Amino acid sequence: MATAAAQRTAGSEADGAPDPVDTTAYQHAFDAAVAADERIEPRDWMPDAYRATLVRQIAQHAHSEIIGMQPEANWITRAPSLRRKAILMAKVQDEAGHGLYLYSAAETLGTGRDELLDKLHSGRQKYSSIFNYPTLTWADVGAIGWLVDGAAITNQVPLCRCSYGPYARAMVRICKEESFHQRQGYELLLALSKGTPEQHAMAQDAVNRWWWPSLMMFGPPDDESQHSAQSMTWKIKRHSNDELRQRFVDICVPQAESLGLTLPDPELRWNEERGHHDFGPIDWTEFWEVLKGNGPCNEQRINQRRRAHDEGAWVREAAAAYAAKHTGSAGGTGHETGATRA
Amino acid sequence: MSTTDWPLWEVFVRSRRGLSHTHAGSLHAPDAELALRNARDLYTRRGEGVSIWVVPATAITASSPDEKDPFFEPAADKPYRHPTFYEIPEGVKHL
Amino acid sequence: MTATVPATAALALGDDALVLSHRLGEWAGHAPVLEEEVALANIVLDLLGQARVLLSLAGDEDELAYLREERAFRNLQLVEQPNGDFAHTIARQLYFSTYQQLLYAELASGDGPFAPLAAKAVKEVAYHRDHAEQWTLRLGDGTGTSHERMQHACDALWRFTGEMFQPVEGLDADRAALETRWLESVGDVLGRATLTLPEGPRTGAWSAGAGRQGLHTEPFGRMLAEMQHLHRSHPGASW
Repeated sequence: MATAAAQRTAGSEADGAPDPVDTTAYQHAFDAAVAADERIEPRDWMPDAYRATLVRQIAQHAHSEIIGMQPEANWITRAPSLRRKAILMAKVQDEAGHGLYLYSAAETLGTGRDELLDKLHSGRQKYSSIFNYPTLTWADVGAIGWLVDGAAITNQVPLCRCSYGPYARAMVRICKEESFHQRQGYELLLALSKGTPEQHAMAQDAVNRWWWPSLMMFGPPDDESQHSAQSMTWKIKRHSNDELRQRFVDICVPQAESLGLTLPDPELRWNEERGHHDFGPIDWTEFWEVLKGNGPCNEQRINQRRRAHDEGAWVREAAAAYAAKHTGSAGGTGHETGATRA
Repeated sequence: MSTTDWPLWEVFVRSRRGLSHTHAGSLHAPDAELALRNARDLYTRRGEGVSIWVVPATAITASSPDEKDPFFEPAADKPYRHPTFYEIPEGVKHL
Repeated sequence: MTATVPATAALALGDDALVLSHRLGEWAGHAPVLEEEVALANIVLDLLGQARVLLSLAGDEDELAYLREERAFRNLQLVEQPNGDFAHTIARQLYFSTYQQLLYAELASGDGPFAPLAAKAVKEVAYHRDHAEQWTLRLGDGTGTSHERMQHACDALWRFTGEMFQPVEGLDADRAALETRWLESVGDVLGRATLTLPEGPRTGAWSAGAGRQGLHTEPFGRMLAEMQHLHRSHPGASW
């Protein structure tokens, strides 16, 4: 069992620095476990850099889920049918849930959610840049489902085998639940593409705007990716950025054809020799600019997140104060009876 | 813990009758009642459970990594605890 | 519309669920804590599900939701009230879900046209009411600030509560008994939350509420404008 609680006790032990001889032995055991494709669990010894890399990556992933609610939530109140509205609401809810699973995984490494949220709110930790693009029309909801979630799934499926147990388990759950996200997006776009000329144009416009940013989601090219090599050795990462990007492009080309939509890349074509599609150059200047905070919605997204957090402070305080007054109710017994209702 | 930081709870879900509760993850809640409800909303929204336990994370005592060997190794060399340890002639049933 | 289902009643109940789910949906991305994002979304989805069933009993769900004018909606004025702060949202939830639970429990126990729907919905609604109760207790009996906000919210929405017990054509329910039990239940929760049961008119000239007759409050028109805009911009399109 790998609980966040388990890490708490382990954290205090880690503080009493083990002697150098022990560290070498631990390092050896860790390397062997990773090499043998075993999972590292919260209470196992792990190199500080491994822990830091995981916290950074899981936190960024969690933040992306939470910030990622915003562009789609932007359309909940305007969804054009009740069926679509229910689907979109369920999807945005899943994103909140996935954020929570991931914060939960990060907490097993000894970093609390409040600390992580604080780092998000103060800009010290990032979220996926894709969410700094605006959702301008209803078709954007479809394009996000198809392309953004599609890219995310391509990225995430290998993470289900990540060397860190709690992260891998969170990803298994997330991938399972997300299977509907991409399909609903595709179905939404298909309805538009086959709909009125205005709807078709709306769908094409959305794909035009989301295609390139989706390709950027896989991160910088392999030769410029600063964390990749070490993460591959640690089996946090299993495939390189370029490898996953290529896989995604190859998947999307026939899907776009079935949709009756085009992908906005004149250089996109099948390369018989490589057995893959060639595609045009990505504008990495745009990528780095958005990452630096100059994207269309960076400020808007983080401001909304901060505002929700700040405006909710009195609510969280009230609940904590209530719990303190009624301590008998915290951690009591007999919860199973109560839980059976759920 | 600041006034707005809610404590951490570990969540265990019985996915259906006949199975034991298994660890599903954790969440934050100010008290047990809300922890239970948050767990219901978060971990069983696709009908994954029939019963939930929530446990304050601080109430869990775990074996430490240093104790790994003395804790678990003695159990590893008692194969006679496992049914496959015993050879039974072929054709003998209900064993 | 089937002969057995009274359209007026289906619209009244369906519009309540539709409008409240819309309002609660506005919280997405704004909730005071992440766990609450998930909890509120569950309630949204339950209510939206109820709305779709009920509106389908009266006609085409999307035509009814997206193509009716404001004056044709039959929801209570209570559910169309803007979210306000979290206390207002919770007070609205407590008032409405207590009413909905009592009403649906009664409908479920009978053999009227709404019995099958009510039997399913009453379980969902019981959870909504519990959620509202838990938060009413915590906000009422939490900090000084939260107590003040919660009391203010309960007071502000009080004048919309009398409308819940007006007769609705085609809806068989003992309104007087419903109202008595509603007052008991809400009074009990507020009491345990150290809050005062509001005073002031719930019925009569100075109370609010004629939503069942198609008279709504100003914020409702804006809500509908947002909700219906896209659908109406593409007449006849399918989504």
